[in-house]
Amino acid sequence: MIQCKTSKEISGMGHSMKRKEDDRFIHGKGNYVDDVKLPGTLYMDIVRSPYAYAKIKNIDSSEALKIPGVLAVITGKDLEQYNLHWMPTLMSDTQMVLPVDTVMYQAQEVAAVIATEKYIARDAREAVRVEYEVMKPVVDPFKALDADAPVLRTDKPDKKDNHIWHWEVGQKEETEKIFQEAEVTVKEQMHIPRIHVASIETCGCVASYDKIDNHLTMYMTTQAPHAIRTVFALVAGHVGLTEEKIRVISPDIGGGFGGKVPVYPGYVIAIAASFLIGKPVKWIEDRSENLQADSFARDYHITAELAGTKDGKILATRMKVLADHGYTDASANPSKFPTGMFSIGTGSYDYPNAFMEADAVYTNKPPGGVAYRCSFRVTEAVHAIERITDRFALEIGKDPAALRFQNFIKKDQFPYHSPTGWEYDSGDYEAGLKLAMKGIDYDNLRIEQAEKRKKGELMGIGLSTFTEIVGAGPSKDFDILGIKMFDSAEIRVHPTGKAIARFGTKSQGQGHETTYAQIIAEELGIPAKDIQIEEGDTDTAPYGLGTYASRSTPTAGAAAVMAARKLRDKAKKIAAYLLEVSEDDLEWEPGKFSVKGAPEKSKTIQEIVFASYTNHPQGMEAGFEATHYYDPPNLTFPSGAYICVVDIDSDTFEIKVRRFVAIDDAGHIINPMIAQGQVHGGLTQGIAPAMYEELIYDDDGNILNGTLMDYLVPTAVESPSWETGHTVTPSPHHPIGAKGIGESPTVGAPPAIANAIVDALKPYGITHLDIPITPYKIFKALKDKGVLDKNIVES
Amino acid sequence: MKKEITLKINGEEFTKEVEPRTLLVHFIREDIGMTGTHIGCDTSSCGACTILIDGKSAKSCTILAVQAAGKEITTVEGIATTEGVHPIQEGFKENHGLHCGFCTPGMMLRAIELLEKNPDPTEEEIRWGISGNLCRCTGYNNIVKSIIYAGAKLRGDELPSTEPVFVE
Repeated sequence: MIQCKTSKEISGMGHSMKRKEDDRFIHGKGNYVDDVKLPGTLYMDIVRSPYAYAKIKNIDSSEALKIPGVLAVITGKDLEQYNLHWMPTLMSDTQMVLPVDTVMYQAQEVAAVIATEKYIARDAREAVRVEYEVMKPVVDPFKALDADAPVLRTDKPDKKDNHIWHWEVGQKEETEKIFQEAEVTVKEQMHIPRIHVASIETCGCVASYDKIDNHLTMYMTTQAPHAIRTVFALVAGHVGLTEEKIRVISPDIGGGFGGKVPVYPGYVIAIAASFLIGKPVKWIEDRSENLQADSFARDYHITAELAGTKDGKILATRMKVLADHGYTDASANPSKFPTGMFSIGTGSYDYPNAFMEADAVYTNKPPGGVAYRCSFRVTEAVHAIERITDRFALEIGKDPAALRFQNFIKKDQFPYHSPTGWEYDSGDYEAGLKLAMKGIDYDNLRIEQAEKRKKGELMGIGLSTFTEIVGAGPSKDFDILGIKMFDSAEIRVHPTGKAIARFGTKSQGQGHETTYAQIIAEELGIPAKDIQIEEGDTDTAPYGLGTYASRSTPTAGAAAVMAARKLRDKAKKIAAYLLEVSEDDLEWEPGKFSVKGAPEKSKTIQEIVFASYTNHPQGMEAGFEATHYYDPPNLTFPSGAYICVVDIDSDTFEIKVRRFVAIDDAGHIINPMIAQGQVHGGLTQGIAPAMYEELIYDDDGNILNGTLMDYLVPTAVESPSWETGHTVTPSPHHPIGAKGIGESPTVGAPPAIANAIVDALKPYGITHLDIPITPYKIFKALKDKGVLDKNIVES
Repeated sequence: MKKEITLKINGEEFTKEVEPRTLLVHFIREDIGMTGTHIGCDTSSCGACTILIDGKSAKSCTILAVQAAGKEITTVEGIATTEGVHPIQEGFKENHGLHCGFCTPGMMLRAIELLEKNPDPTEEEIRWGISGNLCRCTGYNNIVKSIIYAGAKLRGDELPSTEPVFVE
C-alpha cells in the first residue's frame, strides 16, 4: 500500500489521480500533427524505391508536373544544389535525405512531390518515373562481413568494408579463464528480431517557413523537440536557418516508443520544400511507409554463454553481438555508447566476471535501430541474460526460481558495482520474486505441470527477473551529438497561487500533464489540478533532451523537484517575514508553513505566493518562479520479477498465455494508476516480439510484411489480462527516490514468455527458440527433434 | 468530376461536392474539419478511424464519402450531450483507458455499438468485440475495464471500482 503525504485535494505523490489530459482526448479534441491546418498548406508525398539496392539511372518528373495542382518534384540533385542532400544521424553517421545516384534499401525516399491537395500529391507520386539499375543487395548481416561482400557505403572514401564499429567491456582474460575451468558452461545463439514501434499515429510534420521573417515553424511528431531543433540548425544553418529562427512544436503525439526520436528524411524534405516555395508543407506518412522505412528496433544476433558450478553458482557470462544497423547507424544512443546500455547484461545477478563485445554492420535494410520502449539496447541484453540463466538451470537440473535466488545481488550489496562498470543504485530482487511467486502460486503450478507432463500436455512456467538501467544521464558520460543529457523544468506560480510548469521532455501518452503536476504538488502543496503542464514548444519550454529511455521522471521529474525546492526555500523566507519569526521557527506541511509550537500562526502557500507579488521582503526578488537543469548523479535501476504460465495445444501448438504476473520496482511511484497503465502497455509490447512481431526480409531485401495486415500488432484478444504489483525500493540517487517505469515491462516480458514456452517443451530436449515463437516454430523444433509421431505435411 | 452529397454528421446536415474517390475519413477530417477521427493505417487494420454509420460501427477509411450519402454519421465529437459526457467517455477517463489518445475515439465508438448489441458483455466478448481496433499503449486491460464500467453505467447498475488493483 502506497502512503501519501498529501491530501487528495493536493494530490501529490502516490495518488491515483485521474489524468488531466484525458478530457480533450475523450472529446476528440487532441491536437495531433495531422490535425494542424494552416492556410495555404501544400501536401507532400514521397516516391520510394521498390529495390533494396540500385543505381538511379533517371528520374522523369514530366508527367507528374503536367497534373494540375502539382507544384514541384524534388530530387536528391535538387537538394544537392543547397548541400541539403545528406544529414547527420544521432550517432554521427550520415544519412541521405534524398539520393543523388544510389538507393540503399527498399522504400527509401527517392523524390518528393508537392501539390495543392493530398490526392493530387498521391497521383503525382504515381506519375514520377524512375529508372533503376538493380544491384544484388547485402541482406544477411553475417555475410556483410565476408571478404567478397560489396562495400555498401561508397560515399565514405575510406570505407573498405561494411563494419561500422567494435565495442567491448568487461574482464576478457579472467572470463576466458573461468570458461576454460568451469564445471558447467552453456551457450545459445539467439536473434532478437528486427521489429517496429508501430505507434498508432505515424510520423509527419507541417513545415511552415516565413520568407519575410526568415523563420521556420516546424510542427512535428518528435519526442525530443529541442535536440531536433539543434539538428535542423546544424543541417540548414548554412542556408540561413539558424537556431533562433527555428521553432519546433511537438503537438499531441499518438505514441512514440522511441520511433519519434530520429530525424527522418521526410522532415528535412518538407522543410526544404517550404523554404523554397514559401508556403506550409504537410507531410504525413502512410502506415506502410512508416513500417517499411522508419527506424526499426533491435535486430541483434547474440551468442550468450554462461559459466557456473554444478550446484548453480554463476561465475561468468560472455556475450558476443552482431548488430545489423541497415544502411546507416541511425540509432539514438548516447554518443559514447554505440551499443547503448547493453552492458547491463549481467542483470540482477552477482557476477564476479563478465565480458561483452559487439560489432555493427551495414546492410541494405532501412536504418536504425531505435531504443523501442527500452533504454538503449537493454531489451536485447535482458533477453540474453534471462534466457541463458534459464538454459543454465535446465543444464544443471535446478528450478529456475531457486537458481535466481541463489545468484541474486543481495539487498545489502547496494550500491552494487557490476563487472561491466555500473553502480546499481538500489534493489530488493528477492522481495520482488517472492511476491511474484506468491501472486501466481508458483509451487502449485509446478505440481500441476508435473501432472500434465505425465499426460503429455504442454504447460510451461517462465521467469524473468531483470534489472533495467534508465534515466540517461549524468553529463560526465552521457550526451547526444555533444549535448549533455540533462533535462529541465521551469515553474511559474501566478499571483493567485495557480501555476504553469514547462519541461524539456515531451509526453507521448505517459501522462506528464498529470504526473509532473503531482510532483510539484508534493513539493509545494499547490493542488495538482491547479498546475498546468506544458511541453513540446521550443520557444517556450526550457531546453531538454526529450522523452525516451524512461528518462522523464529520472531527469525532468527531478528537475521539477529541484525547481520546486528552490521555490519552497523562497516561500520559507517570505513566510518568516510575514509571520515575523525566524526561518528556523517554521515547519512545513504540504501547503503551508506554520510556527513551531503555535500551529494557528501559519501562512498557506497561496498566501505566500500572493505576497511574493504584493508584499515581498525588501531586497528579495519579486515573483515566484524557478528553473532547474538537472544533471543526474547516476542512472536509476528499476527491476522486475515476472512470471508467466503458458499452455500449448499439443495438436496445433497454439500458445495461450494463461497468466502473467508482473512485479515491478520503480522506487517511489508518482501515480499508481498511471504506473500500472504503463506496465500493462509495456507488457503487451513485450508479448508482441515474443510471439507475433518481426520485420521479415527476403534475400533480395524485399520486406515481406510491411503493412499492418501482416505485421501482427497484438489485439485485445492476443493480449492476456495482466496482473501487476510492485515492491518499492527508492533510488538514493534521485531526489524523490523514483526510478522510471515505462519501459521495464517491454524489457522484462519477452524472456518470461520465451522461458515459459521453452519450459513447456523441456521434456522434448528443446533448449532454445528464437522469438517470435510461433506455433510453426514449435512444430518445426519438435519435428527436427524427431518427437512428432504424426505425419504432418510441412507447408 | 465532383459529385454532390448530403449527409448528417452528429445531427448536423452537410451538403458538399466531393471527388467520388474521396475516402469518408478524409471527407470528415479535411472537408468537414472534424479531426477527432484518426488515421492509423492504410489497410483497414487499426480501427483508429471507426465511426458509426446509422448506428453501426464502420472503419471510415474503407468507405467512400459518396457511399455515405443520405446516412447519419456519429463521430467522437458527437457522443457527448449537453447533459455531459457519454458513459463510454466517462469509462475511459475514470479507468485510465487511454494513454496517447490516438486510438481512443475509434475504440469508444466501437464500444458504443458493442454495448448496444450486448449490454452486459463478458471480458472475452469485449476483447473479441474490439479486436478490430488496435491500441499500442494501454495493453487493453483498462480499455476492457472502461467498457465494463460504461456498460454498468448504461444499464443503471452499480458502478465498478475504478481504483487500480495490485497483486499484494
